[in-house]
Amino acid sequence: MTENILELHGISRTYSTRQGLFGRKVPVHAVDEVSLSLQPGQTLALVGESGSGKSTTGRIALGLELPNSGHVLFRGAELPPAHTSAWRRMRTHMQMIYQDPLAVLDRRLSILDQVREPLDIHDIGSASERNNKALAMLDAVGLNANYASSLPHQLSGGQRQRAVLARALIMQPALLVCDEPVSALDVSIQAQVVNLLMDLQKDLRLSLLFISHDLKVVRQVSQRIAVMYLGRIVEYGETNLLLSNPTHPYTKALVSAVPVAGRRTRERIILKGEPPNPADRPTGCAFHPRCPVVRPECVSVSPTFSTLPDGRSVACHAVDAAQPTKEVGI
Amino acid sequence: MIMMEKVSETAAGTRKNTNRRIPFLVIASVLWIVFVVGVALLADQIAPYQYTALDLPNRLASPFHPQHLLGTDELGRDILSRLIVSVRISVLVALGATLISACFGTTMGFAAAHFRGRIEQFILMLADFQAAMPFLILSLSVLAFFGNALPLFIGLMGFYGWERYARISRGLAISASAQGYAGAVRQLGASPTRVYLRHILPNISSTLIVSMTLTFPEIILMESSLSFLGLGVQPPLTSLGNMVGYGREYMTRAPWIMFAPAVLIVTTTLAISLLGDWLRDRLDKGLQ
Repeated sequence: MTENILELHGISRTYSTRQGLFGRKVPVHAVDEVSLSLQPGQTLALVGESGSGKSTTGRIALGLELPNSGHVLFRGAELPPAHTSAWRRMRTHMQMIYQDPLAVLDRRLSILDQVREPLDIHDIGSASERNNKALAMLDAVGLNANYASSLPHQLSGGQRQRAVLARALIMQPALLVCDEPVSALDVSIQAQVVNLLMDLQKDLRLSLLFISHDLKVVRQVSQRIAVMYLGRIVEYGETNLLLSNPTHPYTKALVSAVPVAGRRTRERIILKGEPPNPADRPTGCAFHPRCPVVRPECVSVSPTFSTLPDGRSVACHAVDAAQPTKEVGI
Repeated sequence: MIMMEKVSETAAGTRKNTNRRIPFLVIASVLWIVFVVGVALLADQIAPYQYTALDLPNRLASPFHPQHLLGTDELGRDILSRLIVSVRISVLVALGATLISACFGTTMGFAAAHFRGRIEQFILMLADFQAAMPFLILSLSVLAFFGNALPLFIGLMGFYGWERYARISRGLAISASAQGYAGAVRQLGASPTRVYLRHILPNISSTLIVSMTLTFPEIILMESSLSFLGLGVQPPLTSLGNMVGYGREYMTRAPWIMFAPAVLIVTTTLAISLLGDWLRDRLDKGLQ
């Protein structure tokens, strides 16, 4: 087994919010005891609904935010503290692309200036080399030289996302965190950007941490999936296994919610109850108020990870109980 | 494809046409401001008399006097010459003070946005203090204690309105850093200097410039009020407010002493406000 490029060990991140004007401070566990690993050249997808802590996990993986506990290893070494010069130098190895490409581009600078900016920041190459490199990178993401002098608002959504991608990849990072990179784009353009991302991954041997709520996209890009619910990972394993045969009741509901063209072939699981509120976390298993197969112990005891025969990890009491009979059956 | 190009061409064409048509009032304002600044720069060359020169036989001469176009004051000093020199002093004070205020306020705002925490709270507290304290009283007490040399006076006026720049720049810098371009550039590894000077400052400059066009006339008025109260620019130096202040004693007998500088104050502040209003609409076009 090759060495992991990124490892998260038991990271937690808590924010404190005040409820009401004079309310006391309530801690919100955005991310709770999350452990993940990513191998070079592979894609790990983080899925879950809004507020499940996906983006915070991504930001912690990049060192943009510090976890309250746990640690992040990049190529086996801890990340330097954020916004120090050592951290700034690390940026050449790890980059990020975002959901809204217009917001993260400077409205007043041309696309070429913005794509070559990382080279200016890190002082790589001479001025003319930088321009040539930026033009080559724009070409690699499918933007020809005509767009180089355009301003961001003159481009379409897909073109902007390509420009953001070019800016992130021009320093040839090893790790790219994609925070909902296609959810703001049209479906037809989504496919283009996803294909481009996968081609570039092959060419540059990128490792991707792909944050999304769209299982169709995730199925296409990722080798492994981690499903998050209220800041915790509930199921973690190979994409094909996990999507074809989900075991955790939450994953089952997510998978059954993916619309399929043509005949409807299976029953949809519609979750009952309130969407989760991270500030008011249910006791025991956080999913139990909405769980269709809830058991008495779910209310009080938080489930631990158990490994299934096919290598997946699941945190669910119902799966634990079903496990022995299933193994006997095999 | 060709049709598409045509459509976009005509669209661009009409847009350019509408952009090119500048309202008459704005043109008039720009011309007036250019004229006022020109007068301020060339004051020594174009003033017909020394602004302190007395012409005792022609005291309180009315306008259109053969030797004095705008008349004379109670000591027979030429109003036109005094007006020209006053414009120079008032523009100098207002321009210097506006620049000081904008630079200081923006720096404080950026510092608050960058350091957050206690430094931010301290700066915001200062800004609140500045906003709550009537500036006239503040400047009265400072001028009463320290006397008023012109550089001190400009420096004091430079504190006028800095809290607005600080609040604007802090708010915009924080929102740009949280999920906008500034956060993305910082994530690329840019130093804070680069983030603030190359990215945030150009992006918020339109807002700051508009804010400056609001502060500029206010400072002219503030200078006039202080000079009117006798605490601003001191004789023998003269400024627009100073002329109004000393002219009020002769308001019934020689209203032109007061009238000329008053008209100049009104027109200049109006012109700058009109220009600022138009600039605000134009400079934000990148947002559309």
